[in-house]
Amino acid sequence: MNFLALRMLIGDRAKYLGLIFSIAFASFLISQQASIFIGLMSRTTSQVQDVVDADIWVMDKQTQYADEVRAFSDNELFRVRDVPGIQWAVRLFKGMATTRSEDGKFRQVILMGVDDATLVGAPRTMLAGQLTDLRRPDAIVIDRAGYEFFFPHEPFRLGRTMEMNDHRAVIVGMCEASPPFATFPVVFTRYSQAVNYIGQERDQLSFVLAKPAAGVSVQEACARIEQFTDLKAMSGREFGSQTIGYYLKNTGIPVNFGITIAVALIVGSVVAGQTFYIFTLENLKQFGALKAIGVTNYRLVGMILLQALVVAAVGYAIGMGLSATFFEVTLHRTATRGIIMLWPTMVATGCIIFAIVILASLLSIRKVLVLEPAIVFRS
Amino acid sequence: MRNLEFTVRERDFAIRCRGITKEFGKGDSRTLVLRGVELDVHLGKMTMLVGQSGCGKTTLLSVIAGLLESSGGDLEVLGVFPDELKENDRIRFRRENLGFAFQQFNLLPALTAAENVAVPLLAGGIPRKRAIERGIELLERIGMSQKIYSFPNQLSVGQQQRVAFARALIHEPRLILCDEPTSALDAETGQAAMQLLAEVAVRADRGVLIVTHDDRIFKFADVIHSMSDGRIVGSVDGKSIDETVLPPLQTAFAPARRK
Repeated sequence: MNFLALRMLIGDRAKYLGLIFSIAFASFLISQQASIFIGLMSRTTSQVQDVVDADIWVMDKQTQYADEVRAFSDNELFRVRDVPGIQWAVRLFKGMATTRSEDGKFRQVILMGVDDATLVGAPRTMLAGQLTDLRRPDAIVIDRAGYEFFFPHEPFRLGRTMEMNDHRAVIVGMCEASPPFATFPVVFTRYSQAVNYIGQERDQLSFVLAKPAAGVSVQEACARIEQFTDLKAMSGREFGSQTIGYYLKNTGIPVNFGITIAVALIVGSVVAGQTFYIFTLENLKQFGALKAIGVTNYRLVGMILLQALVVAAVGYAIGMGLSATFFEVTLHRTATRGIIMLWPTMVATGCIIFAIVILASLLSIRKVLVLEPAIVFRS
Repeated sequence: MRNLEFTVRERDFAIRCRGITKEFGKGDSRTLVLRGVELDVHLGKMTMLVGQSGCGKTTLLSVIAGLLESSGGDLEVLGVFPDELKENDRIRFRRENLGFAFQQFNLLPALTAAENVAVPLLAGGIPRKRAIERGIELLERIGMSQKIYSFPNQLSVGQQQRVAFARALIHEPRLILCDEPTSALDAETGQAAMQLLAEVAVRADRGVLIVTHDDRIFKFADVIHSMSDGRIVGSVDGKSIDETVLPPLQTAFAPARRK
């Protein structure tokens, strides 16, 4: 009977394609919008994600998210280092600086000042140059997107000079950095150099990056830091989550994406449901004939569910294909790099799509279940 | 395969109705459609049930087929009392022992002629390849070898009727129920369809019951039962129909007769 169900399904090409299209459209929209949303939210924590050496981020107590930093005194670094259970702690500067290239092109960049001695906080993926060259005077490492902005279509060249807040900066390397939310270029330099670029403020220290001693958990170390200092401490993951939470609560991004996903859900459900229902209605006499011939309700429900699952599977596959194509194209563009389709998004989209189709088929199943087989004897 | 919970007993009749009633609705809207039907349909004969529209023919056919439950009376089909069967057993009994030819044919438009014919076998769990092979064999036997892979919309009405007959016969049922099999056919095609049915369907161990008001096919009947207002009001031997019997019957069905 599976054969019969499938032939009935694809027999009416127009309706079959309509069903497939609606499901594919919903799959594409849901997965694409959800992936972009997750990608954007992930970007809000890009600088936190890029620090892989330290487990703990220490910051001012009132810090809400990674892009809003209230500097504190360098003395706090030593207080953190004195906390029992802390293996090491280093400084990290994070701020904005106006950077200008030789031809006058300028842009705000995210300036990361990493620890002078250990370079903890520096990028891990160097595309050109040596990380240790950051120790040279006026040295900076710029991310690929930044370099492409300042020197478009030019091969990478070490030793190029730029101005950073009217100070000389020498490019000693190009790195891969996670794309930030606001698409600013990311520039790394030593902490002392960063402070020099930014100018004089009473306090300059943005974050302290720390590592718990062996046998001390990150949570325990954070609790101790908060106990012994007047600062807030959390793991990189927690800091990232807090930053995402800030954007979710304080921007219209989730509402915007939520509406789009909701529209995709509604359109997908309504179109698929309606088409499927009409498809069943138009085949009601055929279902009645099958009932009269001796096909049980159980098998008819199985046939409808099979039709629904096939439509869902084909539509979902096409939708995922469209989504994958979309991200394959955007992945290689600097502005949209890093936004990819994650497997949890695919799984979630699949679950939603299958739920939509099953829901849509319930109406049809009900209609067939209550169908009086004697209908076949009516002209 | 699970054991049958019904036994098809050997009888010389395929259907025996005793005082069958059927009512629809309740209270003021209650309508009594069958008012105590007494009917025997014998094996090896082509039996026709005739009567004006609304007299209860189709309802009786539905009750006999087990598609509707009777409201009262005793119904015996192939030695089985369908009203006493559980729902699943009734469906199974229908699937294995009854063949249907519907007025509108009800062929599945997405299936070829051979596949349509094979549907009862597929419903009975016969593997697809074998079922379709048997469908092809039967279509070849009834002169449809050129149309085996045609879809219903590629067939003439007469050819569709032939496919519908083949579908009713493919699983060798012991009772064939036809509802107005010629009402959609012109005179010539209707005669040919009935000729085919008489040739391939009537067998010593099989009953054939045809509901119709097409007097042009009465000559194919062994027995004709006339129905009126929910009752069987008369029976004639089909072979004895002559100039004296036919005119009154024609007059009786004239309002509903196909022009």
